[in-house]
Amino acid sequence: MESLTRASASEPSSGRPARLNVKAFTGGAIMALFMLIGIFGPALAPHDPNRQQLAAMMQAPQGIGALHALGTDNLGRDILSRVLYGSRVSLLVAFAVVFVSGFLGVALGAISGYFGGKVDFAIQKLVEVVWAFPPLLLGITIMAFLGQGLFNLILALVAQRWIPYCRVVRGQTLSLRERDFVVAARCLGANRRQIIQRHIIPNLIQTSLVIGTFAMASSIIAEASLSFLGVGVPPEIPTWGTMLADARIYISTSWWLPLFPGLCIFITVLGINLLGDGLRDLLDPRLKRTGSGI
Amino acid sequence: MAGYLLRRIAGTLPVLLLISLLVFLLIHAAPGDPTLLLLGEETNAAEVAKAKERWGLDQPLYVQYAKFLRSAAGGDFGRSFKYAEPVIGVIKTRLPATIELAVFSILIATLLAIPLGVWAGSKPNSWIDNLGTTCGLFGISMPSFWLAIMLILLLAGALNILPTSGRSTYGIAGPEQSGFYIVDSLRQKNWPAVWDALTHLFMPALALGVNMLGILMRVTRSSVLEVMNEEYIVTARAKGLKEKNVLWRHVTSNALIPVITVVGLELGTLLSGSIIVETVFAWPGSGSLLITALNARDYPLVTGLVMTYTLAFVAINLIIDALYGIVDPRIRF
Repeated sequence: MESLTRASASEPSSGRPARLNVKAFTGGAIMALFMLIGIFGPALAPHDPNRQQLAAMMQAPQGIGALHALGTDNLGRDILSRVLYGSRVSLLVAFAVVFVSGFLGVALGAISGYFGGKVDFAIQKLVEVVWAFPPLLLGITIMAFLGQGLFNLILALVAQRWIPYCRVVRGQTLSLRERDFVVAARCLGANRRQIIQRHIIPNLIQTSLVIGTFAMASSIIAEASLSFLGVGVPPEIPTWGTMLADARIYISTSWWLPLFPGLCIFITVLGINLLGDGLRDLLDPRLKRTGSGI
Repeated sequence: MAGYLLRRIAGTLPVLLLISLLVFLLIHAAPGDPTLLLLGEETNAAEVAKAKERWGLDQPLYVQYAKFLRSAAGGDFGRSFKYAEPVIGVIKTRLPATIELAVFSILIATLLAIPLGVWAGSKPNSWIDNLGTTCGLFGISMPSFWLAIMLILLLAGALNILPTSGRSTYGIAGPEQSGFYIVDSLRQKNWPAVWDALTHLFMPALALGVNMLGILMRVTRSSVLEVMNEEYIVTARAKGLKEKNVLWRHVTSNALIPVITVVGLELGTLLSGSIIVETVFAWPGSGSLLITALNARDYPLVTGLVMTYTLAFVAINLIIDALYGIVDPRIRF
């Protein structure tokens, strides 16, 4: 029953030849690389990222193989080690945000679309209110008042990121609930929970995956932005954003301080966006019209 | 059309009300006492109590909210704790700087993105298309504040051709009239000041506009690709129109409809992006004001600013919806 359900809902994809998608492949490779760095970064790092060596402060990059390949900062901390450690926190926050907001958004969207009526009205009003805040502004406000910290940061980023899932999923659910296989399941006596869990949600996964990729890219930038403003990750944890915040007052003298963490953010986000583009072309070309990296 | 707009405005009122409640609760649920922050840690209890009474912080929350609503309805967000002036006044002095910056960012983004997008979309898989697509991808992946830092490093630091921060060089600008430096300087025919304001604007506007540039370029390209397949384009070609006319008259004007939506959507991102870019460039706008106000726990000023930003965002979306009808006469309200 389940396999039949899935096949019936994903119409055109079965007819398209399966080819290697260059974008998805390149993007996936970049993302995999940074994930490996995130996992094994501490083992690869030549120094303790927080070890201060005032005798060796503000050293310019010395090249591969040298003691401080990417130089040191104003407290003599090794930039390469900090960049490697930083990938861990940045990616972890982004993954957490994507999963929590994805779960929340898909669940609320499916409920909203399936039940309709008052439930739908309430959820859509909530969407409208939260969406009326300019992006990032809500995050900044929440963080400024709750205080720095990983948990608060994830909360502040999830606050708006569940919305794209919720909107798209609601729309799809509205059409899915009228499909023959859902009607058939209802006739066979499945209750609402079974229908949503077994017949609606599986058909929403492809779209949600695409939205999730773009949400991941925007989470990494948002985390860095908030940390840069001093309302994200606590300053003692090295992330790409906190490194940029530390670098701010020294940019006129030490170009390597802002260059490397920013480059990491840029390349990671580029990779994720490529992956998202590729996945969208493969899985759900209809999403193309939204254009933006949600 | 007028009826539609009225209905839409009426529909946003409850949303605004809910937003004000959300902001109000968020601010008051937060740890950190504004009286202690403003008066210093060594103040005695009597002084703190007096300050609380003056600012109305000793009242229960719902009384504070009711008071806030009543005055906010009349356009009064109270007095800023930090600046000891009406909030609206403080925001008004900072708003022109942000608007000037935003307008220039949009100009840079649209003037570069739309021609590039049309060109790329009209020649799929050519070198220009590949270049445009790559630029678009780079644009959307670029953290604007990092680009800001890199621009300062390169153009202000290494090449030393542009100023690092602020809106104008001291002493060049004439008396302030509207708060928009470029408009003021143009009116006073103070050409050095116009040039000076433009040089200060360039880097922040480019940094702020880069994401919008990337997104617009991608949307324009895919929209052009789609329109190129329409039957009326075949007709236009069949009746012997020059390719240039087909592209700019028929394709572009139809392809711009989704582009307008995206400009509207991205204006929100632009607004919040300005908060961070203004901080990097020490741009004296409402964005950097928000960061100052948040750090000082200046409740009325934060509330006023968040409401201003949100109101602007909601208004922009309304205007975009109204614009649809003008751009695409097929849409009726």
